[in-house]
Amino acid sequence: MFKILKKQELSEFVTLFEFEAKDIAKKAEAGNFFILKIHEEGERIPLTIADFDREKGTLTTVFQKVGKTTEHLGTLNEGDFISDVIGPLGVSSHIENFGKVVCVGGGVGIAPVYPITRALKEAGNKVLSIIGARNKDLLFWEDKMRDVSDELVITTDDGSYGRKAVVTVPLEEFLKGGDIDMVIAIGPAIMMKFVCKTTEKYNVKTVVSLNSIMIDGTGMCGGCRVEVGGETKFCCVDGPEFDGADVNFDLLMERQRMYPDEEKAAMERYTEAIKGGK
Amino acid sequence: MEEKKKAKKRVQMREQDPLKRARNFEEVPYAYSPEEAMEEASRCLVCKRPACMGGCPVEVNIPAFISLIKDGKFVEACYKIKEKNSFPAVCGRVCPQEVQCEARCLVGKKGEPVAVGNLERFVADYEAEKGEVKLPEKPKPTGRKVAVIGSGPGGLTCASDLIQAGHQVTLFEALHKAGGVLVYGIPEFRLPKAIVGREVEYIQKLGVEVVVNAVVGRLYTVDELLNEQGYDAVYIGIGAGLPMFLGIPGENLNGVYSANEFLTRANLMKAYLFPEYDTPIKVAKRPAIVGGGNVAMDSARVALRLGAEKVYLIYRRSEAEMPARKAEVHHAHEEGIEFLLLTNPTGFIDDGKGNVCAVECVKMELGEPDESGRRRPIPVKGSEFQVEIDVAISALGARANPLLPKTMPDLKLNKKGYIMADETGMTSARGVFAGGDIVTGAATVISAMGAGRKAATAINDYLKWKYWDFRGPQ
Ligand SMILES: Cc1cc2nc3c(=O)[nH]c(=O)nc-3n(C[C@H](O)[C@H](O)[C@H](O)COP(=O)(O)OP(=O)(O)OC[C@H]3O[C@@H](n4cnc5c(N)ncnc54)[C@H](O)[C@@H]3O)c2cc1C
Ligand code: FES
Repeated sequence: MFKILKKQELSEFVTLFEFEAKDIAKKAEAGNFFILKIHEEGERIPLTIADFDREKGTLTTVFQKVGKTTEHLGTLNEGDFISDVIGPLGVSSHIENFGKVVCVGGGVGIAPVYPITRALKEAGNKVLSIIGARNKDLLFWEDKMRDVSDELVITTDDGSYGRKAVVTVPLEEFLKGGDIDMVIAIGPAIMMKFVCKTTEKYNVKTVVSLNSIMIDGTGMCGGCRVEVGGETKFCCVDGPEFDGADVNFDLLMERQRMYPDEEKAAMERYTEAIKGGK
Repeated sequence: MEEKKKAKKRVQMREQDPLKRARNFEEVPYAYSPEEAMEEASRCLVCKRPACMGGCPVEVNIPAFISLIKDGKFVEACYKIKEKNSFPAVCGRVCPQEVQCEARCLVGKKGEPVAVGNLERFVADYEAEKGEVKLPEKPKPTGRKVAVIGSGPGGLTCASDLIQAGHQVTLFEALHKAGGVLVYGIPEFRLPKAIVGREVEYIQKLGVEVVVNAVVGRLYTVDELLNEQGYDAVYIGIGAGLPMFLGIPGENLNGVYSANEFLTRANLMKAYLFPEYDTPIKVAKRPAIVGGGNVAMDSARVALRLGAEKVYLIYRRSEAEMPARKAEVHHAHEEGIEFLLLTNPTGFIDDGKGNVCAVECVKMELGEPDESGRRRPIPVKGSEFQVEIDVAISALGARANPLLPKTMPDLKLNKKGYIMADETGMTSARGVFAGGDIVTGAATVISAMGAGRKAATAINDYLKWKYWDFRGPQ
């Protein structure tokens, strides 16, 4: 059982939890994720580690309420327990002094990009960051990102905050400068796809972190299959980070939509149950 | 005359009607009644030199426990088995008896062999229901600490033996539930999860600490267990948990599963109870399962029970070569699974929206025997055909998962990535023993238990002398 110590609503749809996970925190590195299961009947879902505190023995995660499990998770409060947490999983981010890097976080992807940005900064990189979301309400961690970046650009699709643009617009401006050594982008698959299309023109290596459907997270089921450079990879153990130029994003997006009817049914049933007072 | 005829045939276990059971997840056979068990037991000749025991990888004293059944001493019969096999309720259900004990039964030379498996299952269930589960006396603590990694049948057996030798034992499991393949792979209708749960509880009562959600290699390394956490020895029983795919076009389409994923969703996550349980699974109308082992049979029969109209089982050799337990093949036939034998899939077809809608196959014929002794299947030119399907499950066997071994540079692996261990379970890494599927490749429940037991004995010795001399497998 893993106790929730802190809950913060970052927006109407985005929630932050800091919870006790002493042993996982000890081993967690930027780029890792974990899997959780809320209760006996729950499903196992992967979430990225947005932060970790080795001394306090806690993990921080940020999630968007997009389906039944994340909705349910969002109803938990400080002092409540999560039944199962498994981690740290996935290959850690490769951190070194690359020179000048751009870190792009889109939507809830701002959370996992933060520890990587911090690590890159600590490794001596010059860090330019871009965080973007559909609108102001979906943005968070502006201050935290600013603290670990040399420069921070904020975009919203509707212009309700920062620049009215998608993240690829300021990204392209940075790339035009001609001295970017690497880009790291985490966000919705469609955003990562377009980030890679943009960086391809400038021939700049781009690391993305893929969010496939998972069960075990240890290489046992193959449900997390992704195609990278024409080869099948298991996102949970070979990734979640891959060289974006090689990723088949269309397949990723198709596979993310494997259970549309089931997801809808589960959500409807859950909403009914809530209305009926559980 | 009458008497003899009767003895040739075994007492059949009554079974759920095939058409009815094809739509539920309850067990297929109903247990023997005490009378039926005693009648079946009376067929045993109680041989002086019992051949059956030689067929049992853990040498259960079969004539002795069957004699006790004859006398109506069912609980005692169960204890007799437990002297050698800690989990008779499991083994009675899943062991391939027809190639082990029952294959050597003398009665079987002239008729049907004594139903050793059915009897084993009967006494185990009887004990659980009637007898108080007997806890052995607490042994004197040795002050030694052993870590067992992986809670499959091998790990459970090893942990159970070690705790009874007086060591402190922690069992680490990567998943959120202990039991290995017994919980995530083998379906409810073949092995009710309550039985596995009971066995896990039993070893906890003996004093084993079970730590779930612990992916060793990530959360802790073996090195840390030995050098920082104070464990004196480690047993690795992590199974062969990596799925295999065919490597043919279209394999990443939606609806194409590995058997591991399909069965894990259904069994461990209880997707067959969706939406009471949250994990979804594709309920197929026309699923195709590729393979001929237990895993393939289990996948086919789960797909059927989820509500499929027609289930295909595609296997590239003929039925005689199928490695599955005979009883499961028989059950699959009864339930109406359609076998496409001597057939090999060559590609999956996209419905245009990223879902599988058909499988392209080619007919095979059997040529000369290969290294495995089975006749090698060869494609027949021009015999290509398509079958309309909406889910495909590849049940082609398993490989070694490198996640843990890769964190242990001093652990010797063979070419296929399996851990090298000698017959006692000793590996090249000091203090580290291994057994079960991660050493032998995918095998059986009972062989994993046998390996767990042997390693427990070897660990006892090691903890006395701390002597290490790995010579590699003989
Ligand atoms: C679907 C299916 C049906 C089968 N049917 C039969 C049958 O009818 N009869 C029969 O005899 N055999 C059958 N088998 C084979 C049998 O189940 C296996 O041979 C046996 O379970 C192997 O036991 P094991 O203890 O070696 O490992 P497993 O049962 O594979 O257990 C290994 C455990 O280790 C855990 N683990 C893995 N890596 C780590 C790690 N890094 N850290 C911590 N834990 C880890 C896994 O999660 C798993 O729980 C079947 C197998 C399958 C898949
Ligand atoms: S999540 Fe199962 S193999 Fe990756």
